[in-house]
Amino acid sequence: MFESLSDRLNETFGRLSRKGRLSEQDVDEAMREVRRALLEADVNFKVVKDFVGAVRERAVGQDVLKSLTPAQTAIGVVNEELIRILGTEREPLRNADTPPQILMMVGLQGAGKTTHAGKLALHLRKEGRNPLMVAADLQRPAAVKQLESLGKQINIPVYAEGTDGKNPVTVATNAVKFARERGFNPVIIDTAGRLQIDERLMQELVDIQRRVDPTEILLVADAMTGQEAVGVAQTFNDRLGVSGLVLTKMDGDARGGAALSIRAVTGVPIKFIGTGEKLDALEPFYPERLAGRILGMGDVLSLVERAQELTDEKDAERLQERMIKGHFDLEDFLDQLQKIKQMGPLTQLLDMIPGLGAQMRQAKAQISDDDYKRVEAIILSMTPKERRNPDLIRGRRAARIARGSGTQRHEVNQLLKQFREMQKMMGSFGKMAKKGKMPANLPFDF
Amino acid sequence: MRKSSIDGLPTATCYSFSGVGLPNGTTSRISNITEFAPQRMTIVVLNRLFRRRAEPDIQLEQGLEKTRRGVFSEITKLFDRSAIDEELYEDLEMLLIQADVGWDVSQRLVAELRSHVAGERLRDPADAREVLRNEMVKLLEMATRNRKVKILQRGVPWVIMVVGVNGVGKTTSIAKLTAYHQRFGRSVMLAAGDTFRAAAIDQLQVWGERLNVPVITHQPGADPGAVVFDAMQAAHNRNVDVLIVDTAGRLHTKTNLMLELQKLRKIMQRHVDVAPQEVLLVIDATTGQNGLIQAQEFAKSVEITDIMIAKLDGTARGGIAFSVAKELGTPISYVGTGEKATDLAEFHPDSYVDSLFFGVGEGL
Repeated sequence: MFESLSDRLNETFGRLSRKGRLSEQDVDEAMREVRRALLEADVNFKVVKDFVGAVRERAVGQDVLKSLTPAQTAIGVVNEELIRILGTEREPLRNADTPPQILMMVGLQGAGKTTHAGKLALHLRKEGRNPLMVAADLQRPAAVKQLESLGKQINIPVYAEGTDGKNPVTVATNAVKFARERGFNPVIIDTAGRLQIDERLMQELVDIQRRVDPTEILLVADAMTGQEAVGVAQTFNDRLGVSGLVLTKMDGDARGGAALSIRAVTGVPIKFIGTGEKLDALEPFYPERLAGRILGMGDVLSLVERAQELTDEKDAERLQERMIKGHFDLEDFLDQLQKIKQMGPLTQLLDMIPGLGAQMRQAKAQISDDDYKRVEAIILSMTPKERRNPDLIRGRRAARIARGSGTQRHEVNQLLKQFREMQKMMGSFGKMAKKGKMPANLPFDF
Repeated sequence: MRKSSIDGLPTATCYSFSGVGLPNGTTSRISNITEFAPQRMTIVVLNRLFRRRAEPDIQLEQGLEKTRRGVFSEITKLFDRSAIDEELYEDLEMLLIQADVGWDVSQRLVAELRSHVAGERLRDPADAREVLRNEMVKLLEMATRNRKVKILQRGVPWVIMVVGVNGVGKTTSIAKLTAYHQRFGRSVMLAAGDTFRAAAIDQLQVWGERLNVPVITHQPGADPGAVVFDAMQAAHNRNVDVLIVDTAGRLHTKTNLMLELQKLRKIMQRHVDVAPQEVLLVIDATTGQNGLIQAQEFAKSVEITDIMIAKLDGTARGGIAFSVAKELGTPISYVGTGEKATDLAEFHPDSYVDSLFFGVGEGL
């Protein structure tokens, strides 16, 4: 989709370095690429302007002009600046002076407030706390019910008063009183989604805040938000004093520039990242990961996560065992192949690997998902017995398989040859693993 | 289950809707299209000649009232200067980017404007503004050009599958679509195909009660395919005109979930071989450049036929419509503006551009 910034900078500097010395104008040309990359990542344009200014100063001042590898140095500077803005230290949730700790979730419609109220509750219970969730979204049809059913799924109590003629301010106030009496701590208040320009609903949040005095006001923001993210965050912050940001839907492929904008403009720290639909998909925030992602520099961790999503642990262990013992057969191979296919198109997977330069990109064009299909067809044309013991496949069996899979005999033979090499390789990994020299979860189990 | 198709029912009465302002409350015959088209053409021509503006779209206008107080007429203000200078182009680029139009499209629009100004030797910034406006409308027309006339057929449910990433407003949009079709006198049925998100079924049922339409549901966690199967059968038995299928929100990066949509399509086709006649992708107007990737990925796996830009009542300017129009050409058909079932407007490039960028209705 987007070319990564490092590719573009390499290209720009490559073109420029042919002239010999680099000048300030050359740096400017590179900065245009930085600007473009950030804008394409949805970083707010004002933030981009300041950011590029800061990077340019550093670049001209020292590093880039003198560097033998100006592109890499420039990337380094950009990356450092990004991390500086995003915050280098993880900021934990604030503690309450007097319990209970009250967390209030606010944000636009559809950002993921209710889901993340559930995720936070689960996360905090794992830390040994006793959370209570409060259904104060009386606006959206069935929002109360949604929180209640989340509560049931994770077995965490939900305070709700229904929706008829109720007022969210009263519900929140009653809930905190209830929590105090019964010893629940923390209290997580789910509020209705609202537009930051909706005066009536914003006032309602202010009222809730005054009545319950929350420890944290967490702004829940969608990672896919565009330029408007800043306006939203600023208004919520001005009215309520937001204390932390929860960035949701980071399991997609949005660059997440909105987070950088919000952090740069409001100074509100990013506290959590939502990475999936399941209720345990909540992670602490790592600035390096987001910086790399905003720049489109590959995302190995996402690749790993996607692989993990599809393999369950027991399967992986069993497979590892088989590999070590040299029992890995074509059935296991087929299984692995199908898992990789489920992770998405090959080309998309390759995009996630950082540092794939121009040559690799050309190679990428030659890899097609059809190759996968052919291999799959060949294996599927074998009998189970043949899959378990590929050595049986000779002469007529090979001919039959080629016919069945619509391939040529030499293709069948080639696959078998490759498979034997792979088995051999695994055997040696296995031996090393036994001696404890090397982790054994290679090469298919990512 | 009887399999029905358009060919199989030669005597069926056809009626149609195509987004060209049919009268309320009546199902109109197809000939109405031709009756209405010239009339609309005349309006358009008159607008171009005299006001050079689209007639205000009342529905869209009302929905956008809140946003109007914001910074919306900034583009108009930009041209309130004495000469066309370099600063104008720079500020314009910034404003377009600020509206999520995106880097590529902003560059292109500014370049077009520059070449028009140079080619036609324009001096007056007001002329430049008209050029820009027309270029923007032209871009969006790339997304309406491919719009097909929708022909509903009695006895064959018109099946709409509503898809999109999480939290874009699919369920609310379904309520709006229901009200929209009811205004044409069509009977509507809903299918609660989002069995994944907690209480999504209840949310749809609440809307079903409010709008007085039946909702086909299964238990939470059930196979959405089974819901769709039952809904198709029920729609057929009860002779409903329009069946709207809700689906769980899914990120376009989740291959297995995208495949599930293809499965739903196959199940629909067991009953009606042209179903789903409409696959509607809902995009959140506040979405940034990822919106284009979403549209591309959904288009790749489910052949979307229509796009709806939802939540346009904030301060978001829905600039993503431009990239989507330019890169995909999938028709953008509807615009959603609020939380009520009636907050839906048909998408017209000229009123979209005028209401969002050129601040019509501000005493201009």
